[in-house]
Amino acid sequence: MNEPKPQDGHGEHKDYAGAKMGMWLFLFTEILLFGGLFLLYSAYLHRYPAAFHEAGKTENLLLGSANTVILIASSFTVALSITALRLGRTRGCLVFLGLTVALALGFLVNKFFEWSAKFAAGLYPGSAHMKSLPAGENVFTGLYFAMTGLHGLHVLVGSVLLSVVAALVARGRVNAGDFVLLENAGLYWHLVDLIWIFLFPLFYLIA
Amino acid sequence: MEHESRSQHVLSYGFLTGIFAALMVLTATTIIVSRIELGFFNVVVALSVASAKASLVIFFFMHLKYENRTLKTMVLLAFILLAICIGFTFFDVGPRT
Amino acid sequence: MDHATPGDRGFLAPDGGKNTLFSWIFSTDHKRIGLLYLSCILTMFAAGVVLGLTLRLKLITPGNHLLAPQTYNAIFTLHGVIMIFMVVIPSIPASFGNIFLPLQIGARDVSFPRLNLFSWWLYVAGATLALISIFTGNGPPDTGWTFYVPFAAKTTTNVSLAVVAVFVLGFSSILTGLNFITTIHRLRAPGLTWTRLPLFTWSLYATAWIQVLVTPVLGITAMLIFAERVLNLGLFDPGRGGDPLLYQHLFWIYSHPAVYIMILPAMGVISDIVPVFARKTIFGYKMIAFSSIAIAAAGSLVWAHHMFTSGMSDLAIWVFSLLTFIVAIPSAIKVFNWVATLHRGAIALEPPLLFALGFIFMFSVGGLTGLVQGAAGTDIHIHDTYFIVAHFHYVIFGGTGLGMFAAMHYWFPKIFGRMYGKSKAFLSFWIILAGMNLLYFPMFVLGLQGMPRRYYDYLPRYATGQFISTVGSWILAAGMALMFANLLASIRNGRPAGANPWGGATLEWSVASPPPKDNFESEPTVARGPYDFHGVVPSE
Repeated sequence: MNEPKPQDGHGEHKDYAGAKMGMWLFLFTEILLFGGLFLLYSAYLHRYPAAFHEAGKTENLLLGSANTVILIASSFTVALSITALRLGRTRGCLVFLGLTVALALGFLVNKFFEWSAKFAAGLYPGSAHMKSLPAGENVFTGLYFAMTGLHGLHVLVGSVLLSVVAALVARGRVNAGDFVLLENAGLYWHLVDLIWIFLFPLFYLIA
Repeated sequence: MEHESRSQHVLSYGFLTGIFAALMVLTATTIIVSRIELGFFNVVVALSVASAKASLVIFFFMHLKYENRTLKTMVLLAFILLAICIGFTFFDVGPRT
Repeated sequence: MDHATPGDRGFLAPDGGKNTLFSWIFSTDHKRIGLLYLSCILTMFAAGVVLGLTLRLKLITPGNHLLAPQTYNAIFTLHGVIMIFMVVIPSIPASFGNIFLPLQIGARDVSFPRLNLFSWWLYVAGATLALISIFTGNGPPDTGWTFYVPFAAKTTTNVSLAVVAVFVLGFSSILTGLNFITTIHRLRAPGLTWTRLPLFTWSLYATAWIQVLVTPVLGITAMLIFAERVLNLGLFDPGRGGDPLLYQHLFWIYSHPAVYIMILPAMGVISDIVPVFARKTIFGYKMIAFSSIAIAAAGSLVWAHHMFTSGMSDLAIWVFSLLTFIVAIPSAIKVFNWVATLHRGAIALEPPLLFALGFIFMFSVGGLTGLVQGAAGTDIHIHDTYFIVAHFHYVIFGGTGLGMFAAMHYWFPKIFGRMYGKSKAFLSFWIILAGMNLLYFPMFVLGLQGMPRRYYDYLPRYATGQFISTVGSWILAAGMALMFANLLASIRNGRPAGANPWGGATLEWSVASPPPKDNFESEPTVARGPYDFHGVVPSE
């Protein structure tokens, strides 16, 4: 992802607060991007409460809960990696970042199984089965694919971003004195977690 | 110019672990409560717990509690706008069935 | 690095003796990026104008001639998409904003110069995708620039690629906004407090917030159209439980605030120009700065006034109509303050001021007719008629367009270090103003008489208005041709202009023309307001 880069090239000091402000502004755009989908979800929940309730029961609560724990844990490890780097423990930082990426991949594997089960049952976007669903269930399923799909994409982007930053940490380009890139990548990752914290109840618990 | 907010505040491993534990407890709570039939109240509980978890992530994992007031105001603004977008749409979808 | 000596070409001077294309398209200098944007935007503007002239030519008489109906639909769609997403949205902020924001706040560049360049590249990529969408697939999009579902989800034309283009262009706009907010917060020169910011900078700040906060909603809307077409999710398909009105909500949550992305920077330009040529500080500085923010805030609350006849709930019609009237207040404050600034000023009627006055007139007509639509009762009569077309062309072309032309005439000597021919500039202004009113005013009447917008053909009773309108389009085009020819010729042949030909007091006038590559030799310190003209004299 194109996270803002601090001003450079003129030999000036890096603007730490500016870089962070830029990243937060970028996060706002992510919040509003998902916000459009949350808007659709709430309007349709209002219209089809019973159907959403029924459709939610078909979701795999175990996998959903597992993914929630995984993602929160990954948010925790990325926070730990920043602390480690700032304390000068580069090795520790790399271990935590490695854990974070591993957890992200675990999340995606889970998601893969979840989606595969749906596909096997003939439930995928545009399938005859999905088109034959009653109104409320169809909209719920459409939102499920749109929202978890877009979120999954962000998980993928986030893990690539964290891997790149880990490589920079290993080379010493990101270090205890200049860590804003790691912080910004971390902020992005926390946002991915934050979105999931809301997706989880909307699709797995409101049933 | 806003003064530099290069916060010297490093969150300790122990503190972060505490936040993580709290997030786990909240997750367990919301799953358990969701198994009890409360009707519409289920939605309220689920979203309240989610908001509590989100606040923990934003304020501590994302370090917002230690940032300057400008940044805090900006974050608030983004969430208010989101609430307005969804809320005002309900002027339409609320009465219309 | 050689610094500003008179006659120096500043940032325009070739890098290391060579002025290659690469030294421009990979430059992270905000001034070069601004000029890149300006040239791209004006190129797209020319394309949009040609499409618009074609539409007007078709409509000169009723009947089936010149264009096939499907071609007509494609052309008004392209005219809208090009003009909105590639011209008016980026117009002033991406071009003049990029060039003058750092100069006005005494900074060397924006906060993220490489991101700035990336944003220009995204703009080029988006524009290219949009062009490709015209020539590939099943013909160019025919949905209108609004991409309303269910039609946009069902039509066989190349809408999928067009919405991807819109997504990319939106991303470009977001990055510009993000950059500007950070720059204004972080890089102001010492002494440049928030109440000493030039009003153009204030308007860019308000605009940037809208860009950052609502453009993502356009992003998700475009993505959803794409998903509907490619994945068949059925989220807006009434046959499968979807609600097309929710699409309209999402679309206008972006696109209504977007009209403030279009108009606010132009208002900023006018606020900077008026005091300079009245030789008097601006009337009500704080109110103008505040009204920019108020317009941005209130403008985000009124989107559903585009949907009064859509079948939305009565409560929503009532609420959004009420809120719409609130937005009129800060706009009126600005107009009042500009006029009050001119009152008893030592007015120098130079071309920039003339264009600014044109803006105030056209914007006032456009703004007041907007209230006719904001009132839910009258809107039902004129909804989707030529009245709407007239209204937004008065605001967007008469407002943003003339604001852009005013900016060009105001900052031209600063950017190029040369002055254009003033008599030609005056002449072109009057031709443009006459053409614009001849083109768009009959549309108010046609709309009230019931002529629907976007129609291929019309009844004979509308023929007179349609004919006058088409003649107006030719006059307008001629005026713009004269204006651009005058400016283009003056880039090379204009007589040299001094650092401060108008006697402006904002920081961009304190450096040489053209500005040196690094803007300021040393970081300036600001100890006065932006419109404090004591001791500032024009230096031609």
